[in-house]
Amino acid sequence: MSGTLARLGRWVDARFPLSQLWNEHVAQYYAPKNFNFWYYFGSLALFVLVIQLITGIWLAMSYKPDAGLAFGSIELMMRDVEWGWLMRYLHSTGASAFFIVVYLHMFRAFLYGSYKKPRELLWIIGMMIYFVLMAEAFFGYLLPWGQMSYWGAQVIISLFGAIPVIGEDLALWIRGDYVVSDVTLNRFYSYHVIAVPLVLIGLVWAHIMALHEVGSNNPDGIEIKYQKDPQGRPLDGIPFHPYYTVKDVVGVVVFLILFALVVFFAPELGGWFLEHDNFEPANPIKTPEHIAPLWYLTPYYAILRAIPDKLLGVLAMGVSIFIFFLVPWLDRSPVKSIRYRGPLYRWALAIFAISFVVLGYLGTQSPTAVLTWLARIFSITYFAFFFLMPFYTRWDKDKPVPERVTSK
Amino acid sequence: MRRYAFPWRRDFVSFGCPSRAALHVLFFCIIAACGGSSPWRGVPVDHEEHEVDGKRRRFLTAAATVVGGTGAAMAAVPFVIALQPSERARAEGGPIEVEIDQIEPGQMIRALWQGKPVWVVRRTPEGLQSLEGHDEALRDPDSTEPNQPPYATNRYRSIKPEYLILIGICTHLGCSPLYMPKGESGEMGAGWQGGFFCPCHGSRFDLAGRVEKGVPAPSNLVVPRHRYVSEGRVLVGSDEADAGEAGVGAGA
Amino acid sequence: MGQGQTGAGAGHLQVRAGALAAALLAFVSLGSRATPSLPEVEVDVHDKASLQRGARLFVNYCLSCHSATYMRFSRLARDLDIPEAVAKQNLMFVSDKIGDTMQVSMNPREAETWFGVAPPDLSVLARARGVDWVYAFLTSFYRDPSRPNGVNNLMLRNTAMPHVLWELQGWQEPVIEQKPDEAGQPVETVVGVELAEPGVLGAEEFKAAVRDLVGFLAYVSEPAKPLRQRVGFWVLWYLAVFLAVAYLLKREYWRDVH
Repeated sequence: MSGTLARLGRWVDARFPLSQLWNEHVAQYYAPKNFNFWYYFGSLALFVLVIQLITGIWLAMSYKPDAGLAFGSIELMMRDVEWGWLMRYLHSTGASAFFIVVYLHMFRAFLYGSYKKPRELLWIIGMMIYFVLMAEAFFGYLLPWGQMSYWGAQVIISLFGAIPVIGEDLALWIRGDYVVSDVTLNRFYSYHVIAVPLVLIGLVWAHIMALHEVGSNNPDGIEIKYQKDPQGRPLDGIPFHPYYTVKDVVGVVVFLILFALVVFFAPELGGWFLEHDNFEPANPIKTPEHIAPLWYLTPYYAILRAIPDKLLGVLAMGVSIFIFFLVPWLDRSPVKSIRYRGPLYRWALAIFAISFVVLGYLGTQSPTAVLTWLARIFSITYFAFFFLMPFYTRWDKDKPVPERVTSK
Repeated sequence: MRRYAFPWRRDFVSFGCPSRAALHVLFFCIIAACGGSSPWRGVPVDHEEHEVDGKRRRFLTAAATVVGGTGAAMAAVPFVIALQPSERARAEGGPIEVEIDQIEPGQMIRALWQGKPVWVVRRTPEGLQSLEGHDEALRDPDSTEPNQPPYATNRYRSIKPEYLILIGICTHLGCSPLYMPKGESGEMGAGWQGGFFCPCHGSRFDLAGRVEKGVPAPSNLVVPRHRYVSEGRVLVGSDEADAGEAGVGAGA
Repeated sequence: MGQGQTGAGAGHLQVRAGALAAALLAFVSLGSRATPSLPEVEVDVHDKASLQRGARLFVNYCLSCHSATYMRFSRLARDLDIPEAVAKQNLMFVSDKIGDTMQVSMNPREAETWFGVAPPDLSVLARARGVDWVYAFLTSFYRDPSRPNGVNNLMLRNTAMPHVLWELQGWQEPVIEQKPDEAGQPVETVVGVELAEPGVLGAEEFKAAVRDLVGFLAYVSEPAKPLRQRVGFWVLWYLAVFLAVAYLLKREYWRDVH
């Protein structure tokens, strides 16, 4: 049997670089041996992407992208299609899970300086993935055509109307109509199902290519390629297969346990993953009391609302997203990993993380006077993390960095 | 047999599959594990002196592959089943009632059931007589092929001789034939006693839907399951067997 | 090599603890999403007897105006253990087929003319508003001569819906108090209701009936829920087994790595 397999393998190899790809990218791709908890989230993100693509295909079999039929088609899918409820919950939970995983994945980069040279392009491609993912979620959220879907889209698109000179025409062009309507729904469906997933898959491929070109960073922030053995293998590296394939399976199973807990026992998660208001069909003449995007977009929404001026608010929101792209050049520290950085960076990152979470929470609440001031304060700390970074990273008292990795 | 916590019978059957899938996976695992060197195993890490327990590794790999493979197979099941007709398709494909007391002798009416044309032809006494005497020209004069329910496996291919009920789809490639009563159909030839003609490839059927020899269609036109709920109404798509199960009363 | 260790763990911890604290804080306020003053209602979508009673109430009192357009009679009969013949006789209009969805014959445009607004579909009402709200809504109708339908409701001010359950509950009157409005002026506000004329059912019996009805609406808003939970139970068991095996495999290979 193995003889036949080997012969088949050689036949394919003569026509397609199968073994070469396998060796280069899996079996002889050397990754640092000290990956910890924070390094699960890349493979988990890829896993969730696959879940979303497959469940999305199945949802598209029953969903009808028509303003009069959309809401009903989802409810009928939940009831009439065998296992249709499972497809729906997997996709809705998967969307939120995708963002949880991606945020933790990005946080790892801040912990260990994974955006620093030579990984700046890797970081930029990653940020493009994040941005495209937010667009994908935004387009997807209109599709159920519930109250929150409709009004959330209405509000966000009207933000583009705030841009001077071209704003109104831009909003009209995006919507395809004077208000969010069936036309908008149909084109958002096309974006969500075809256009953006293709872009996303392309970017993910580029992301992995860029990663494999320079090799992974690690929790100590040192480049394992600087110390190689006589055969040219990094001393602190281990082949991805079988060590990380085996380890990532464990990560996937743990993730699936948490995922299954939500999908099967709390798919709404108290209204955080499936909003209550979205179980009311969209009504263009009745605005809900309280409009908010889903939790993963709320930090930026909070920043938008914190600024009293419409245009400045939109600009602030734009900057708050795009500033991430500049981080590799804002960070002036020669040290990558937080383990060897001084206290300034640690405090800054802690405050930033807290700001991000608090802003996220504030974005879901009604903007009372107190909460708005709170949002302003945390917006300031949010921006301070980035704008002051060139200074505190240079002034920080970093510790000496070891030559070899320090933990398993 | 393991008792699964699912309400529908179908699921019992489908959950038998993963056991088979798991056995297949196990089979392949053993083969692969027994196989010698292959590029699929990765480069051994020999940085440290270390006794590698190969047997244990192969066992655990096989175990994980079996468990994982079973899980993957079970996860695939809902996706496959989801392609089955939905409850709505089944409801819309449910039986229909057709009123037949207004049909003139020799007339045919059409209805739609499961997206397919259903014909009800009220045959005249001459038409019924014409069903005798031309068996040699027919491919299946005694309706031995299972194209009709047991109660329509007779000379008239119907419950009541006067009313013929057929699915109006040619058994060749699915076109809908034309009703050609005797007398109005000059182009059918001199001996035409009435019946059906399919314009797509020329298949001909008599007044009981039986197919002639020498035409492309291989079998008689299909008679659907049906029963009479009253003198003037026939329920197409359901018969006595279903009626017993569902407990549906007459005159509903 | 050991030099880098000190402080590395502590800084790490700092960041993690802070983020966790913030996240916890945020999620603790999760409960604030619901209106605080609603009494909690216990509904059990596994209690088929209760669901059957609720189904009957729904068909008798609600279905003439409110559709449940995503609920099929055949599904209802199957899930609630009602034989199809019984369902056809007791729950369906004569012209309905068992595979039909629960529609109403009222034309929505006419309904708008009569009521001012078309009665909304109730298929997912329990998910949109929550069972607590629906229960409170059904039990807080009170007489209000200033309204065209003669009643008002604590949960939905100036509702166009009549008090369909009046036979069962009877009639309630509003409890009015002087409360300061936004400008600080005292104004007559309805703060509660009290029973003035009893109906066919006693107070506790009526509450139980509404609980049945609300439970039925909860079932209608997600008929797959019991199945979902059952499947989830088995899925988690499977994943636990898989986790054990996968972890053993990982640990075995990682013995190589020091």
